Amino acid sequence: MGFSEKSADFVESRRSPKSYGDIFFHWLTVFLLVFFAVVMVTPFIWLLSSSLKTQINIFQYPPQLIPDPFVPENYVYALTYKPFGIYFRNTVLVAGLNVVAVVFTSSFCAYGFARMRFPGRDFWFGIVMATLFLPYAVLLVPSFIVFSRLGWVDTFLPLVVPPFFGGGAFNIFLMRQFFRTIPEEIADAARIDGCSEFGVYWRVMLPLSKPALITIGIFTFLFAWNDLIGPITYLRSPDNFTIAVGLASFRSQTDISWDLQLAASTAVTLPVIVLFFFAQRYFIQGVVMTGLKG
Amino acid sequence: MSLATEPKAAEQGFWLIRQYNRLTLRQRRTLMGYVFIAPFILGFLFWWLGPAAVAGYLTFHKWNFLAAPKFVGMAHFSKMVGDPILAQSLKVTIVFSAISVPLSLVFAFFLANLINAKFRFIAVFRTIYFLPSIVPAVANAILWAWLFNTEFGLINFVIRFFGGPKIGWLQDPSWVMLAFVILTVWGVGGSMIIFLAGLQGIPQIFYEAAEIDGAGRWQRLLYVTLPMMSPIIFFNLVIGFINSFQVFVSALLITNGGPQRATLFLVLHIWRTAFSSQKMGYASVLSWLLFLILMVLSFIVFRYIGSRVYYENPDD
Repeated sequence: MGFSEKSADFVESRRSPKSYGDIFFHWLTVFLLVFFAVVMVTPFIWLLSSSLKTQINIFQYPPQLIPDPFVPENYVYALTYKPFGIYFRNTVLVAGLNVVAVVFTSSFCAYGFARMRFPGRDFWFGIVMATLFLPYAVLLVPSFIVFSRLGWVDTFLPLVVPPFFGGGAFNIFLMRQFFRTIPEEIADAARIDGCSEFGVYWRVMLPLSKPALITIGIFTFLFAWNDLIGPITYLRSPDNFTIAVGLASFRSQTDISWDLQLAASTAVTLPVIVLFFFAQRYFIQGVVMTGLKG
Repeated sequence: MSLATEPKAAEQGFWLIRQYNRLTLRQRRTLMGYVFIAPFILGFLFWWLGPAAVAGYLTFHKWNFLAAPKFVGMAHFSKMVGDPILAQSLKVTIVFSAISVPLSLVFAFFLANLINAKFRFIAVFRTIYFLPSIVPAVANAILWAWLFNTEFGLINFVIRFFGGPKIGWLQDPSWVMLAFVILTVWGVGGSMIIFLAGLQGIPQIFYEAAEIDGAGRWQRLLYVTLPMMSPIIFFNLVIGFINSFQVFVSALLITNGGPQRATLFLVLHIWRTAFSSQKMGYASVLSWLLFLILMVLSFIVFRYIGSRVYYENPDD
């Protein structure tokens, strides 16, 4: 499934002749679709429009829809007011390591859960599922205590090391579901040709799982890009901030005006939306895979 | 595991490999299985069980990071019972959960039905409806803080345009909860897509059969769509509940817990207890409390709602 258009022009076109009820229902659907589309899109337009206004124009009632004058310089001010270059580098580093960790270790564990038979497997998979339903927030304080004992506070380690241990229950679950759709015969053929179990995982399963791996890679990247609670808890010195922490620090400083906050927010949102348009298929697949097999 | 490589390896005389060769096929398989899931097991021990144990130890101690933890026995628990701030944050979290979860669920289901229609350009609508859910949390918080701005926010502008009053969305404790519900409902795109995929998975024959039996739109929704969708509705419900107990970024950045602690969500309260007040012991107690609440809630949800879910193919 994707956002593909279906060829039929009208709702229930197969039914003819149309009753008045059908016609009414058709136009009601059109009306609601457009109405909610406007509701959904307006905040984005408002964000974009406000981010391009002068400080004076932003505090105007009634508000202007199209900024006059047009101030794209807001973006330059906002992104240089704080060292967003450094934040960007940090975020890419953290997110990149997370992606590598999750793609490899979650698929590795998932292979064990999906394709190996051994006593205790189902018990451990039960634990995977249990941690799936326990949010990160529960562990926030306990893990902080552990990481502070390890001397990892104000480093990237608390953010990048744990993903290397299985890459999160959610991703293990997702990869396991995907592996189970790959016919065992392919793996058997490789085994007959002398492939070890690691070989089957590495040379057979991983190449066949590219769509699933890209999906979890994208979601991991997005999570790291968006995450605030982890970085704000562990990162102390501004040189270590990620984009999310940097942007959040705009809020706590009262001298930063709305136009700059909104310009910075737009700038942070834009890459995500661009990524979405390029990788729409994987986004949808990821969301759907998580939902339907649950 | 290939048998062919083993004699060679044994010749090299590595003790471990000799031991490995002595294992039966079954034992080898078990060993390999554990090798594969080892990262998860280690991670579970290091980053779940370990921290949970430390937090368990700290529930009986007072610790501010600087001095050594001091044993206080059950003091944290008795403090917890009479803590008005904790009671407030529990109330906020539960009220928010009770309002936003069903509302988001219904709205996501409704939108999914809308975008399941067959129209030209329906793909554009699907994209538009989904986009809000991918806005980064921090940017989202700033955006909504601005939308809800009392004097210059767009929402008050629209309300006043239609002759309504100026609402202090983020200043008035009785309105702020609604503001949080609205911004949550705006971002239901994820569950909407899950619903959409579910709707598209319902075989058309069921609808045709219902139609032949004279079922109208409403009856088809009630007797075909809803039962067929019940596993997905249940899934979205569980995820929604868990997420509703984790509100942090918007509470921190939009209102910082205010006004008058009306948005002091539990996670924000725990976070502040730990990192602003440096009360690690008490914060550990609260973390355990959050854990227990979620366990009890999950149990209730699975026991009383999960048992009503209809599975077409129970083996899937």
